[in-house]
Amino acid sequence: MSRHANDRSAIAALVRPTEVHRDIYIDEDVFQLEMKHLFANCWVFVGHDSQTPNKGDYFTTEIGTQPVIMVRHSDDEIYVLHNRCPHKGTKIAIDRAGNTGKFFRCPYHAWSFKTNGCLLAIPLRKGYKDTGLEESESVKGMAPVGAVKNYRGFVFARLAPEGVSFEDFFGSSLSSIDNMVDRSPAGRLEVAGPPLRYMHRCNWKMLVENQTDTCHPMVAHESSAGTAIKLWEEMEKPEGTKKPMAMEVIAPFMSSYEFFENMGIRTWPNGHGHTGVHHSIHSDYSAIPGYFEQMCEAYGEDRAREILGENRHNTVYFPNIMIKGPIQQLRLFKPISANKTLVESYIYRLVDAPDMLLQRTAMYNRLINAPTSMVGHDDLEMYERAQEGLHSDGLEWVNVQRLYQPGESFEQEAIENGTTERQMRNQFDAWTKYMTMTMDEAAQ
Amino acid sequence: MSAPSKDDLIDFIYEEARMLDDGRFDEWLDLWTPDGIYWMPLEYNQQDENLVTSLLHEDFFMIKLRVERFKGERTFSQKPKTRCHHVIQRPFVDRLDVDAGEFVTRTAFHYVETRLDDQTLLAANARHDLVLVDGKLKIKRKRVDLLNSDAAFGNIQMFL
Ligand code: FES
Ligand SMILES: [Fe+2]
Repeated sequence: MSRHANDRSAIAALVRPTEVHRDIYIDEDVFQLEMKHLFANCWVFVGHDSQTPNKGDYFTTEIGTQPVIMVRHSDDEIYVLHNRCPHKGTKIAIDRAGNTGKFFRCPYHAWSFKTNGCLLAIPLRKGYKDTGLEESESVKGMAPVGAVKNYRGFVFARLAPEGVSFEDFFGSSLSSIDNMVDRSPAGRLEVAGPPLRYMHRCNWKMLVENQTDTCHPMVAHESSAGTAIKLWEEMEKPEGTKKPMAMEVIAPFMSSYEFFENMGIRTWPNGHGHTGVHHSIHSDYSAIPGYFEQMCEAYGEDRAREILGENRHNTVYFPNIMIKGPIQQLRLFKPISANKTLVESYIYRLVDAPDMLLQRTAMYNRLINAPTSMVGHDDLEMYERAQEGLHSDGLEWVNVQRLYQPGESFEQEAIENGTTERQMRNQFDAWTKYMTMTMDEAAQ
Repeated sequence: MSAPSKDDLIDFIYEEARMLDDGRFDEWLDLWTPDGIYWMPLEYNQQDENLVTSLLHEDFFMIKLRVERFKGERTFSQKPKTRCHHVIQRPFVDRLDVDAGEFVTRTAFHYVETRLDDQTLLAANARHDLVLVDGKLKIKRKRVDLLNSDAAFGNIQMFL
C-alpha cells in the first residue's frame, strides 16, 4: 500500500503551522491525490475567452492533469468539456487551438457532438437499437466539467460537480483581475499571441510559493539584475540618457529588503494573496504618452487615478496561477508530476490602449519568463536544486515560518509586512482544506 | 576588406559558430554593430517583433549583459558552466550587394547544449544580416528560428 492513501488525517498531518513535510513536494502518491481532490475541488483557471472569440473556436489545455477543451458554443457561451470521446476515449482535439464549426467529430468512428458536448449523431446508429445505449454513460456525449465561470474574460472551472461557489472561493481577491481589466479604457483584454512554455523539473507548488517570495530576488537574481545595474552604471553614455525599457524591467529585482518589507503582502481566504500593497517593482515604469488621457476619457480622472494607482505586483490565485495587473500578464503553473511542472506565461493587450504598453508587457515576458531568460535561469536553478535537495533524508520538513504569528488565522483578509511568508502558509491552509474535504478518514 | 566575397561571408558564419563553441564571448561581442539585434521568435514564421512574445529580442546591451552574467561569481545557473556545440550546414548567401553594403546569409544548424548530466539538442535556421564597418563584417541582425520554437523547453542558456 502506498505511503499516503486516501486518508484525511495523514494528509492533514503533512502541514504544520510553520513547516510542511517534504512529501508534499516529492511524493507521487500525494501528487495523485492533489489531482484527484485539490484540483477537482478548487476553481482552476482554464483560459481567456479572447482565445476563442468566434463560435466553434476551441482551445485545448489541462485542469491539473485532466485534458479539457474550452469552446465557444452557438449560444456564444464558453463551455469546458473533457477532451475524451465517450465512445472509446480518443482525444477529440489535439491541436492547441482551432475552429470546429458547428460540431466536434471524433476522428476514430465519427461520433459527433454539439459544441456544448451533447451527442449529435452516431454513424450506423441502428447497430445500437435495443442495446440499451440510452442507459449508457456514452450517450450523454462529451462530459462537461463540474462548473464553469467566465469572469471578465477569464474562464475558470471546477471539475467537481458539487462544491464551493466561484464567488465564495475567490471573494474580494477578484479585485486584482478587476484592476487588470480596468486598465483597458474599453474594460477588456485580449490575449496577445501564444504563451511562453517553460518546463521545470520541480513541484508546481515551489513556483506558486515563489510568486510571493520577496526575500529571494536580491539574492538569486543578483547575477542578472545586479549585473545589469553594474553594466549600465559603467557604460559610457551622454549625461541624462534615459534608462532603456529593459533596464526599467530588470533593475528593480535588486531592490533592498526594506523596499520589499514596505511593499506589503495581502492575503485573502482560500489561499489567494498578493505582494505590492503599497508599491511594487512595477511602480516606477515610465508613463506611456496618451494613455492617462485615454483612461481619464473612459473613466473620469478620479477613477482613472485610482485604477492606475494600484501597483499590485504578483497576485496568486490558488491553486495555480499568478497575475500581474500592471503589466497584464498571467502565469499558469501546470502540474505534470510531483517533480515536473510546465509554466505557461500569457500576455494580454489592453483594448484601446497604446501599443507601447503591450510592447513593454511582451518585453517583460521574454526577459523574465522565457526558457531563454536570465531571470528564469536564476529561478529554475533554485527550484531544481530544492527538488533534488528534498530527497535528502537529513531533514524532513520545509520551513515557512518568517513573520509567523502564533495562532494566526486565514479566514480574514490581512495586510502584513512584505517579507512575511504568511501567503505561503495561507496557501497550505487552503491546500489542506481543498485536499481533504472530499477524503475519508482511514479505515480503522 | 572592401567587397566581401561569397567565401568571406561563409567563413564569417563558421568563425562565429566556432567562437561560441570555444566560449570566446568577448571576441563574439566584437562581431556586433552597436545597434545589433538578436532575435529568436516564439512562433513559427513570426512576423511581429514587439507586440507578441519572443524567446529573445535583445539589443547589444542585453547581449553584453548575458556575457557579463556568465562570468559572475554568483551566477549559480552557470556553476558549473554550460557548454555548447554548433554543427552548421554550409550557409546560403541570399544577398551579396556590395553597393548597398548589405549581405544576408541563411544557415541551417544543429545546436547542442550540455550541463551536468543534461544535454539538449535543437535544430534551427539562422538568418544573418551583415554590414561592413571599417572594412570588417559585422552582425546587424541575427534571427534564429528554432524548428520547434513552440515546444516547451527547459533552460536554454547559451547563444545559438
Ligand atoms: S472513439 Fe470516438 S467515435 Fe469511436
Ligand atoms: Fe525569482
